[in-house]
Amino acid sequence: MQQFLNVTLTGIGQGAVYAAFALALVLIWRSTRIVNFAQGAMGMFTTYLALTLIEAGQSYWVGLVVALSSGLVLGAAVERLVIRRVEGGPELNAVIVTLGLFVALQALAAILFGSTFRSFPAPFDLRGFTVGGVNIALTPNSIYVIGAVLVVMLALVALFRFTDLGLKMRAAAFNQEVSRLLGVPVGRMLTLGWALAAVVGSLAGLLIAGGNLVFPAYMDAVIVYGFVAAVLGGLDSPGGAVVGGLTIGLLLSYVSGYLGSELVALAALAILVAVLLVRPQGLFARTAARRV
Amino acid sequence: MKARALCAAVAAVLLLSSCGAGGRPQGGGGGDGEAEVGITPTSVKVGAHFPLTGVAAPGYSEIPTGAKAYFDFVNAHGGVHGRQIEYIFRDDAYNPTQTSQVVNELVLQDQVFAIVGGLGTPTHSAVLDHLNGEGVPDLFVSSGSLLWDQPQENPMTFGWQPDYEVEAKIIGQYVAQNFPDARVGLFLQDDDLGRDAEIGARRYLEDQIVAAERYTPGNTDVAPQIAALQAAGADLVIGFNVPSYTALSQLQSLRLNYTPQWIYSNIGSDPALVGSLLARFSEGAVTDAGLLEGVLTTEYLPGVDTPESPWTQLFQRVWDEHGGEGELTNYRIYGMAEAYTFVQALQAAGPNPTREGIVEAVERVGSTFTGPWVAPFRYSADRHAGISGVRVSRITGGGTEFLTPVLVTDNGDAPITELAEEPAPPPADGVPDVQPAS
Amino acid sequence: MVQQTERPAARPAPPLTRRLRWRPRSTLARHGLAVLLALVAVVVVVETTSPFRNSQLATMSYYAIAAAGLTVLTGLNGQISLGHGALMAVGAYTTGLLLGPDGEGAPPLPLVMLAAAAVTALVGAVVGAAAARLHGPYLAGATLALAVAVPGLAIYFDHPLGGEQGLRIASPDVPDWFDAAIWFLFAHETPGAKYLAYLGWGTLLLVLLLLANLMAGRVGRVWRAVRDDEVAAELAGIRLGRVRVLAFVVSAACAGLAGAVLGVVVRLAAPSGFTIVLSLGLLTAVVVGGLGSLTGALLGSALLVFLPPAVTNLGIGAGLDGTQAAQLAPFVYGVVLVLVMLLAPSGAVGVLKTVWGRRRRSPR
Repeated sequence: MQQFLNVTLTGIGQGAVYAAFALALVLIWRSTRIVNFAQGAMGMFTTYLALTLIEAGQSYWVGLVVALSSGLVLGAAVERLVIRRVEGGPELNAVIVTLGLFVALQALAAILFGSTFRSFPAPFDLRGFTVGGVNIALTPNSIYVIGAVLVVMLALVALFRFTDLGLKMRAAAFNQEVSRLLGVPVGRMLTLGWALAAVVGSLAGLLIAGGNLVFPAYMDAVIVYGFVAAVLGGLDSPGGAVVGGLTIGLLLSYVSGYLGSELVALAALAILVAVLLVRPQGLFARTAARRV
Repeated sequence: MKARALCAAVAAVLLLSSCGAGGRPQGGGGGDGEAEVGITPTSVKVGAHFPLTGVAAPGYSEIPTGAKAYFDFVNAHGGVHGRQIEYIFRDDAYNPTQTSQVVNELVLQDQVFAIVGGLGTPTHSAVLDHLNGEGVPDLFVSSGSLLWDQPQENPMTFGWQPDYEVEAKIIGQYVAQNFPDARVGLFLQDDDLGRDAEIGARRYLEDQIVAAERYTPGNTDVAPQIAALQAAGADLVIGFNVPSYTALSQLQSLRLNYTPQWIYSNIGSDPALVGSLLARFSEGAVTDAGLLEGVLTTEYLPGVDTPESPWTQLFQRVWDEHGGEGELTNYRIYGMAEAYTFVQALQAAGPNPTREGIVEAVERVGSTFTGPWVAPFRYSADRHAGISGVRVSRITGGGTEFLTPVLVTDNGDAPITELAEEPAPPPADGVPDVQPAS
Repeated sequence: MVQQTERPAARPAPPLTRRLRWRPRSTLARHGLAVLLALVAVVVVVETTSPFRNSQLATMSYYAIAAAGLTVLTGLNGQISLGHGALMAVGAYTTGLLLGPDGEGAPPLPLVMLAAAAVTALVGAVVGAAAARLHGPYLAGATLALAVAVPGLAIYFDHPLGGEQGLRIASPDVPDWFDAAIWFLFAHETPGAKYLAYLGWGTLLLVLLLLANLMAGRVGRVWRAVRDDEVAAELAGIRLGRVRVLAFVVSAACAGLAGAVLGVVVRLAAPSGFTIVLSLGLLTAVVVGGLGSLTGALLGSALLVFLPPAVTNLGIGAGLDGTQAAQLAPFVYGVVLVLVMLLAPSGAVGVLKTVWGRRRRSPR
């Protein structure tokens, strides 16, 4: 019973991070119809920037702000300078460009920050709670992780639903031509979409890093699991991304806890194949005919 | 059409007949007149592979810097038989495929005389057959696996440090004597490192072991293993793992509020290194080496926490004169001690060393080498095993407290005996003085 | 009526190549001739270089075999795959299981390599069937998940497959007849590294011959049709699913063969040898060389093997330390991949063809 509880709690904590990452992927897909395979590398890079500051003596929160704002800049820069030229072209080109960015960013991080494993601080205690004499795997830090993801999600929902800017972004994603005719600066909306997605991705990178060892490839697994979560929920649906993330987090945690951690990647593959074969549009997609 | 075919046929016949090397000399090349690979009248070139990046890099990446400093020290004192030692080390990221490529470069491109101190059980086992097949001396592997002690199949390979079975036996006996009622768990690397350790531990603790968990180097999530140890009720855990996993296992135990008595193998227990890995984790809630307080481990070399030892003072001098960035650490001392042994072996190989010659020299006189290690080597014509014993110690207040005298044993069911003698002091100039063996 | 035998109008003199009439008419013979010439070139290069260069050439050969398979799949058929590293792993592990660490009692090497290709082709059929309905980023993500998952299998089944430490693979002994032939022709010994270079390049040339014929024939045309316009292809009676699966199978067989060569060259099949980096490296080789071009695959593989040491030396010269300089090569790959996609999507071969075409067409 204790093991089940612990595995479930661990799964929820990890699921929150996968949800954030999947959300970033969905944001970019909705605006530019591209899957950003470099999302993890971008998050890793901004986390390393934060780590540099923290090692120089700043507090975790300063690092957090720096990571998020550098994510904003990085996302906007990537869209403007690189992605703009392959939007709307053959999908193969966009995929290869984001993969190239992934490889280049990871190598750049290794050159600038070194490839050794470094510890990344967690802002809250890493000791699990003890409830009635039973140790449970919920730490104050995991509560912070779940909370941070919730806050960001609610902020994004508020942005898209209740603000003018959000409306424009949704319009630009829905139909570029008509939006242009209506005076929406489509190019800028796309850039903003990438920037916001990068902020969410940076947050995901930071949350995973807290209380763990970081190295340039530490986000590699998250890219795959986040993608599976996004596909599970439906690449068009932000809500689906969140649900997908939590589901994947729980499922993979059960596999890791009961079957062995070597099978986690295989389980992710199996889930992905199952989703793509049975319901390729994902659990929450609204459009009827989806060509995957 | 026919003319062209005829021309082609004539051309082919002419080409083939212009070949023909005639008779072939019996016996391969490389006769006695040729120089030995990697040796010139003024230099000896040796190589090694180490994890300079990757999960095993914390700590282990410092070993070659120590070895290089010691070789530079010896070179400054005139080298060995008038030859300067050139030391090349390359990164394999603790990744056996990369080890294979890197050793290929060292043997084929750099043309080293010998490989000295290649690190890692999974990594070095990938190149074992190749090095022995090519006849390259594979001296003093930086690992405690039993694979290096197979003189029949791998005559060029020699171990150096106390192997995991010997260490686990000594730890096992200590636990059986001092914690007879403990429920023992094992935390092992999932390869020969862990397997050899488990054999040694089970020899004394078979009835007490309640769980044995394995991790894969490269997968930093050890939560399932720690949770399983906790669920099995283990109140004493013996860990044979690389230093990063010492830090990770401590972190996970913290998360689960799991506080068994920890015993770590000497390969993963350096308090300064583990402390630096854990230092930043939870500001205020966790202080650096505090997590390792009370952890038991084993020792066989003097460390930076015993500055009064004459060997530590020698190594400090070597590091100050020839070292690079950073401080002297226990891993650098390990590298220097290995380099010291190689210098002894090279001296024993005589003024005209050959690859077979250095192997024979180590077999003949290696067991008489004295140095900073607490117990003698087991080298002979039938054994290529390294240091024969360790002492059990406790990490406390950042330093170590010895709990037992030096205990010596061998593989299998050899008994554990105490060693009365102290290690010999270092030579005055810091360079060993071994006579040629033949 | 005056009967006049008409003399045919004078035709312009045929171009030089036609007048020489030395190029065979059939495609197979033409490709065969090219392969024969390439073989001669390979022999010259291998015999005149050091054992270390030979081992580099052997490494290049297995990258090129896998890249050739991948370029046919991606360039000709339009399916991107990030999982070819995993397919190479299947080939390498099959070779390892059949050959064993000491080579005793093993079937002959050509049979082992064929078995590796066959097993991988089977896996490719399964993957291809699942992937046949996927496009673009979905296919990329699914194959990426495959690349990450397959090494985990080797760790889970650690008893037959060796776990993280991997399977040791015996390196093949140089056969006596081969040794004697090389001695007869050149008076050179044949160390292991040289034999492996010959083995790898012999396999590569065979694969290139087969693929070139495939591309030039009916199958190649059908694949191009599916890539360019699915609807039209379907209307023309082409079964899309079957074609896609067949392309995957062919590509996987190449990857399996490459994995077999990798196994005997590296002498080890371990999960750490088949990371995402390998799959992305193959993709880089194929894109930079030129999608759909076998010459491009060769060029790209040469880049993969010979660029990193050059770039690393540059880095060390510029003051970086050893491990930082080692990361310069992947950084250059990533940047080159992005630049090629932005500026020259048809890759190096495409650029060369454009330049060549312009030169031929310009009036002189």
